[in-house]
Amino acid sequence: MKWLEKQRYIIDFTLSSLLRRKTKNIALTLVYTLVVFVLASVMFFAEAIKKEASIILRDSPEIIVQRLAAGRQELVPMGYIEGIKKIRGVQSVRGRLWGYYFEPLAGSNFTLMVQEGGAEKGKIVVGKGILRSMRASEGDILSLKSYKGDWVVLRIMGALSSDSELVSSDLILISEEDFRSVFDISKGYVTDLTLQVRNPRELPNIAQKIKDLYPDTRPIVRDDILRTYNSIFNWRSGILLVIMAAAGLAFIIFAWDKASGLSAEEKKEIGILKAIGWETSDVILMKFWEGTVISLSSFLAGIILAYFHVFFTSSTLFGPVLKGWSVLYPNFRLTPFIDEAQVTTLFFLTVLPYTVATIVPSWRAASVDPDSVMR
Amino acid sequence: MILHPSIIALFLSSVLISVLLLYSSYYGILILRKWDIKSGSELQLDLERRTYLISTILTYVFGFQLISLFLFVYTADILHPLFVGAMCASGTLTVNSYGYPTLILKAFNFIIAGLWLVLNHTDNRAYDYPLIKSKYKFLIVIAPLVVAETFLQTKYFLGLKPDVITSCCSTLFTSESTSVASDLASVPSIPGKIAFYTVMALTLASGAYFYLKGRGGYVFSALCGISFIMAIISIISFFSLYYYELPSLHCPFNILHKEYSYAGYPLYMCIFGGAVAGMGTGVLMPFRKATSLMEIIPVIQKKLIVIALVCFLIFTVMVTYRMLSTPFKLEGY
Amino acid sequence: MIELSAIRKVFNSGRPNEFTAVDGVTLSIDSRKITVLKGPSGSGKTTLLGIIGCMARPTSGRIQLTGPLTQAVTFSVKGAAAEVTSLPERFLTEIRRRAFGFIFQQFNLIKGITVLENVMLPAYPMGEDFKLLRERASRILSDLNLSGKVFSKVEWLSGGEAQRVGIARALINDPAVIIADEPTAHLDTKLSGEFMGIVERLKNEGKTVIIASHDPIVFDAPIIDRIVEMRDGRLSGGPQQQ
Repeated sequence: MKWLEKQRYIIDFTLSSLLRRKTKNIALTLVYTLVVFVLASVMFFAEAIKKEASIILRDSPEIIVQRLAAGRQELVPMGYIEGIKKIRGVQSVRGRLWGYYFEPLAGSNFTLMVQEGGAEKGKIVVGKGILRSMRASEGDILSLKSYKGDWVVLRIMGALSSDSELVSSDLILISEEDFRSVFDISKGYVTDLTLQVRNPRELPNIAQKIKDLYPDTRPIVRDDILRTYNSIFNWRSGILLVIMAAAGLAFIIFAWDKASGLSAEEKKEIGILKAIGWETSDVILMKFWEGTVISLSSFLAGIILAYFHVFFTSSTLFGPVLKGWSVLYPNFRLTPFIDEAQVTTLFFLTVLPYTVATIVPSWRAASVDPDSVMR
Repeated sequence: MILHPSIIALFLSSVLISVLLLYSSYYGILILRKWDIKSGSELQLDLERRTYLISTILTYVFGFQLISLFLFVYTADILHPLFVGAMCASGTLTVNSYGYPTLILKAFNFIIAGLWLVLNHTDNRAYDYPLIKSKYKFLIVIAPLVVAETFLQTKYFLGLKPDVITSCCSTLFTSESTSVASDLASVPSIPGKIAFYTVMALTLASGAYFYLKGRGGYVFSALCGISFIMAIISIISFFSLYYYELPSLHCPFNILHKEYSYAGYPLYMCIFGGAVAGMGTGVLMPFRKATSLMEIIPVIQKKLIVIALVCFLIFTVMVTYRMLSTPFKLEGY
Repeated sequence: MIELSAIRKVFNSGRPNEFTAVDGVTLSIDSRKITVLKGPSGSGKTTLLGIIGCMARPTSGRIQLTGPLTQAVTFSVKGAAAEVTSLPERFLTEIRRRAFGFIFQQFNLIKGITVLENVMLPAYPMGEDFKLLRERASRILSDLNLSGKVFSKVEWLSGGEAQRVGIARALINDPAVIIADEPTAHLDTKLSGEFMGIVERLKNEGKTVIIASHDPIVFDAPIIDRIVEMRDGRLSGGPQQQ
């Protein structure tokens, strides 16, 4: 097919043309790749964390009921469970025991949690972050100072897997008896309640009824949490992108300059092409392929590098900004998550501005008069 | 406003496309006033050179507009968790009154950009640029539409406040509510299917007649436009149900998802391809008699007819196959 | 035949540096003959050459291609007459590709690619079958005794070889007219003589040749059919010929 053959010829010439000006094109490709890499890293990270959060939260209870005293969280009396069970639409109510324990040696808070079938008295299972910060290993003794003033001695029976480090890094699974000893909480109280509800559409109604029944409680709906997480990460990655707009603009100006600033050699070449019978649209086509080769290589390279950076090295470069502040950094591996929306967004943020910046310079270069080489 | 990267990307692209169109229109106006093919003046030579730039710009705009259309849907999809009641992209689009109008205008702009390219391609094949004035008048109509789309899209995104309660497609496209969308969804399926297949058959017949006899161009072109609309209504009303295997999920966007083998892409590409190619023949009809175009237009139209018919045929075959091969039965509800 | 009527070419019209390169030239170039445009630099012969060769559009005046050349026009522009004055660039280029081959003063070969690729380059936009094109290019190169240099990079060629590659390139689309702009400017006497020998061969093959030159080796050569003198953008010396 003539059209296909023509494209092949022009791509062939384009490639040799690009190779003839290695320095300029390699510089351009490197900068371009860098821009794609930075933007892609931010995007992949934010989207993967949101996805991770939504997966984790999917298993969380649909409503959590906390009790407030003067705006601060208070223990919930076990009696509330009976009252809430009676509300129509509530499937099950359970009390949870969890809390923060400040460990001066590590300078940070541990999260203590009671899980059914989790730990026996005197034994605990801990997250990897705790092993690291207390320089402990399985089998060691960890002593926690109780609120009564005495020491609760616990043996570390095992560690929580790395897969869940995002949420478990600073977690200690402990038995109910030990928990109540450490925090001096009597049997009549729990930290908060969790509810399972029959019909998700009833959630707002049930939350309202709980508030009516026990005005000192605060019911939290899971979807609200999800929405908040999403908002935060959208906002964070958005701000990063806006900040990088300055760098992006510099890149675009660079691209435009490279496209406009043809060397005398390049100008002459195009003049020759026009003189020997190439039409303006043929030269524009050549410029199109030039742009495509550069864009495609940079785009792919940037995305692949970002993929490795985020999903295999845990975004060593920007992690801190996006993850937020905490003392015990979880060492987690994000599940690789990349979809068509991200790729398209990246395309619009990088290839589109680059292409627009080069349209007019390419055309100008291609519009040289055919007889210019004769003058 | 939600500072999601996709929103930034869409905003950026709309602004850039608008700028490109306005820039082109400026030269379009210059061309309309000063063009004289017989002249060898430097102005004329410069104007002729400019037409290459504008053609290149419009070609890129066409491509980017299509991607923008998809990205807009993806973004609505991504943001749905932020709005109470929204289960998919449809929900996000109804958060404020600018959502669907933006989507529709985007699709419309894609189509008319395609039509402009058909006109441009034809004009370039003739030795005296016979369509130059019509072409640029058309361009000057397209430019404000693209700017309007940017405006609508911006208003839409500015109005996306995460705590607004919206409706998802199952309530949006339900028979109980009284919106256009629900009217579409509540089309009874048997008459709907009959209407769809009738329109497709008529289009096929009209296309074949036009191809062989060279007459009936306007009819064919109009039928293609109707087929486009029919196809979209049909997807919402019944075809999508066969993909989801649910009687109440009338969402036109979910078929783009991986779970449905990305079936939405070929379906929508075919619908849009058929629309542009088919209506492209109509756009060329008024110029059939021009001396320099007399031999060129029929050739181009024939190619467009084939493209349009193939597109609509693929679409019809795909949805029919799906309808017949899934165990899900719609009738009886 | 190429007919020019009252051709004018003005640059920078309306501005202080307005300059008329060609000022009212009426001329007919005969087919299958060798015509030389003679004149000092600045006489407008290069500009006129560009106009004759459908490279540039005149500011005013008319150009018509008649006789055998009409085929090139009607092939490219279905239904059109032989006048090419106001044709859009697309068609002008198409005609130029089919009917004209150009040889330049500075050879103007593209560095960094081989001789063969340089010769095939003008045909790229036409999307011709690669094998056929390469065969034709190789044949033309061997006719000009360049078979050994087919895969050489152009930077390694001598002046004479480069000039012959330029000629080969001009011949790739088998044009009816060869246009040469000061072809012997960078050649010594011997090579200039060889060049004129090639020109004679081309004429014998039935091609029309138009050369712009102020080199006596060219315009004193016996094979020249006609000399057209130019000065200050106008024809000078001798009666105006139709």
